[in-house]
Amino acid sequence: MSQRLVNWFKFASPASFYPLAGKMWPWFAALGTVLAAVGLWISFFVAPTDFQQGEGYRIIFIHVPASWMSMFIYCVMAFWAAIGITFNTRLSGMMSSALAPTGALFAFLSLWTGALWGKPMWGAWWVWDARLTSELILFFLYIGYIALTAAIDDPRRADKAGAIVALVGVVNVPIIYFSVKWWNTLHQGASVSMTKAPTMAATMLWGMLIMALAFWMYSIAIALYRVRAIILERERHTTWVAELPEMQR
Amino acid sequence: MNWGSASEFFAMGGYGLYVWGSFGVTAAALLIEVGLVRHRLAAVRRGLRRELAADRDTQD
Repeated sequence: MSQRLVNWFKFASPASFYPLAGKMWPWFAALGTVLAAVGLWISFFVAPTDFQQGEGYRIIFIHVPASWMSMFIYCVMAFWAAIGITFNTRLSGMMSSALAPTGALFAFLSLWTGALWGKPMWGAWWVWDARLTSELILFFLYIGYIALTAAIDDPRRADKAGAIVALVGVVNVPIIYFSVKWWNTLHQGASVSMTKAPTMAATMLWGMLIMALAFWMYSIAIALYRVRAIILERERHTTWVAELPEMQR
Repeated sequence: MNWGSASEFFAMGGYGLYVWGSFGVTAAALLIEVGLVRHRLAAVRRGLRRELAADRDTQD
């Protein structure tokens, strides 16, 4: 067998993932900052004024990326939940817990920017529309996950219970995504489609994609940072934590 | 370039409240999250250092 084959289960150990996450997060944070600067520049100075919505459409540059992240992070949480239940790895539950607050934040931002966009364009902050309601349910699923795992004292049992919520709740993600097709809604259809040519100006599309990448890098960086805190909180009585260089003085 | 002046930029064609309300709250939320996470890691490290120091003192 090749020596270069990576043993992925090695990184499933908190003791080896803690320093690895510490080395990785600054790169993602730096990349996220650069992408956000470029994305904001395009959002405000390159993308033209929309002929229907004027300057109000510029909310799209955070609304769509935040909505994508809220759905994507939930899928990643469900992925770690499945790994945790299958292989009984400790790190999986920690990864899910590290992602949940950021996912909840993006779900909130999706609803918030949506309300601020809906008011001038539809005349309402909120409507009980299929897209909006399913996104609200996603936000509640995040809150439910956080509340449930926080209420159970034993972290391993909390991970198991949380994993069930993550796995059951993930059915809501395709419901959000296809809600604009399945139901007659006020919300506009998908902005970007895999099957059709984009319907928006190329600069608008690029701005949105770069902002989405910036949010992506931000999410990875913050989750890696948070998982380090979670690892220390849970492994506080182990020798490897006591032997960490930052614990000496 | 879309804007003739700074005031035009901040007015956002009459949608200033909505556009800046969106971008502003997003920026604030992300900054607050960064602050909270940094505080969380710093707090657990501080607590652990104190615990370890106390252990060393009792052993000496």
